[in-house]
Amino acid sequence: MNYFELKNVVRRFGGLVAVSNISAAIEEGEIFGLIGPNGSGKTTIFNCINNYYPTNSGEIIFKGVPIERMSTHKICEMGIGRTFQVVKPLKRLTVLENIMSGAFLRTNKVRVARDNAMKALDFCQLMERKDFLAKDLPIADKKRMEVARALATEPSLLLLDETAAGLNLKEIETMMELVKKIRTSGITCIIVEHVMKFIMGISDRVMCINFGMEIATGKPEEIAAHPEVIKAYLGEEYVTGR
Amino acid sequence: MMKRGWVTPVILGILALVIPFTLSSYYQHILILVIIWITMACAWNLLGGFAGQVSFGHALFFGLGAYGGGLLYHHWEISTWWGMIVGPVWAAVIAIPLGLITFRLRGPYFALSMLAMGEIARIIFTNWVPFSGGAVGVMISRTWGGEKLQYYFIILAICVVTLGVVALMRYSKLGFYFLSIREDQDAAEALGIPTTKYKMYALIPSAFFTGLAGAFYMNYMAYIEPRVVFNLEAVSIMMILTVMLGGAGTLWGPVLGATVYVILAEVFRTIPGIKEVHVLVFALIVVLIIMFLPDGILGEWDKIKRIFIKPKLAS
Repeated sequence: MNYFELKNVVRRFGGLVAVSNISAAIEEGEIFGLIGPNGSGKTTIFNCINNYYPTNSGEIIFKGVPIERMSTHKICEMGIGRTFQVVKPLKRLTVLENIMSGAFLRTNKVRVARDNAMKALDFCQLMERKDFLAKDLPIADKKRMEVARALATEPSLLLLDETAAGLNLKEIETMMELVKKIRTSGITCIIVEHVMKFIMGISDRVMCINFGMEIATGKPEEIAAHPEVIKAYLGEEYVTGR
Repeated sequence: MMKRGWVTPVILGILALVIPFTLSSYYQHILILVIIWITMACAWNLLGGFAGQVSFGHALFFGLGAYGGGLLYHHWEISTWWGMIVGPVWAAVIAIPLGLITFRLRGPYFALSMLAMGEIARIIFTNWVPFSGGAVGVMISRTWGGEKLQYYFIILAICVVTLGVVALMRYSKLGFYFLSIREDQDAAEALGIPTTKYKMYALIPSAFFTGLAGAFYMNYMAYIEPRVVFNLEAVSIMMILTVMLGGAGTLWGPVLGATVYVILAEVFRTIPGIKEVHVLVFALIVVLIIMFLPDGILGEWDKIKRIFIKPKLAS
């Protein structure tokens, strides 16, 4: 039994097939990267996984349970956490309160939620920001706060949607360290990313998609050298030019 | 913060217990109105301020609460005091299917659908004469000729319970979930929060306490008609405006907003020849609040302090 599996997932928006027959099997404990040009359907796959958009057909199986018809909150309860490409901070709450809102999934007690939220804050190195209002944070901290908030729900699988986008080099490195630390703590990660340095640096396997279809899946170095991938990113002439 | 948290309620509590004895019957009446409105504003704030579901139809629950006792008396001549139980329970029970329907909608669509629900209730109670007595309303002969002071302490107790329940909810898991839903419903769902369920947890007590205020109003005024208790402007909209004035999503904002509203309304009523001008003035105040203090007086307290007290420069 696979830990997490997508089977022929299809999602259409009217006539546009945003995700077309995507299949993937993810093993427990791995970091699985998802790349592709803009509009290729990466975020849509995430939105299908946590049923923000229902799939048109196909199956999504997590720990042997089909989840494609479960409600978003139920999926989170099952142990799939996520962050958003366009960050969704709870603006008028403090960073601590944001993360507590995640921690309440596993407890009803305010004190326990606070303690768990503090652990997640510490893990993501956000302690000095804890009393800031979420809306006042710079983007790098907002992204880390989203990671901390998702971690506070104690996921087993974490979906990270472009957590490195818009960050400077130093911030990207901090974020890479954070994702590695998350994996070490036993959480499986699927990451969508445009920053190649980031995704190639930490992924065990990478899948490249374009127009909602899988182009190639394999080790980062294989994907980076794959002619179809280069074609999708840079155009035909770059393949022949090599 | 924690040390000073109890000071305001204790002072207000002592004032609320002592002041009515020093007042004439007229001012006692005003005070009772103030506290009815505080109760309603707090109840609305639970759903609108904390959970962010702005309802334009809370007159529905107020009217149902009022008619709970009213109908008992109208049909079977049962004491309207039973309405204090029947009214709010009825309002809360009816809130359940309404919530299940309207919570499918978000933002302005939810607000408008609630407005429609309130209006539907008003039209039903106006036109279904055998059921409700119609537009003439229900007049009760008081079975208990209590004095103003006794009514005062009843509504004070109701108000304290309402505030207490709201405060308890605010600082528990429920409160955190309400605020999460208000700030971003999609993020809340992704954090494992069953948003519709928690909206119901905000709506039901909100309807209950609004209904309780309505039931008390019925007993106190001894006369209700659909035009008054299901009124869109004077009840539904005013509940929103009082909360916005004081500060939506704050614990004490509704208390302040409702107090200011009732006193202002009465002051203008005593000035001869201007009739409903208080509505105009109140509207102007709300416009100013929206423009300069969008989070209400208490929500923007720090900003207000900065205007009057110049911040000390750290040297």
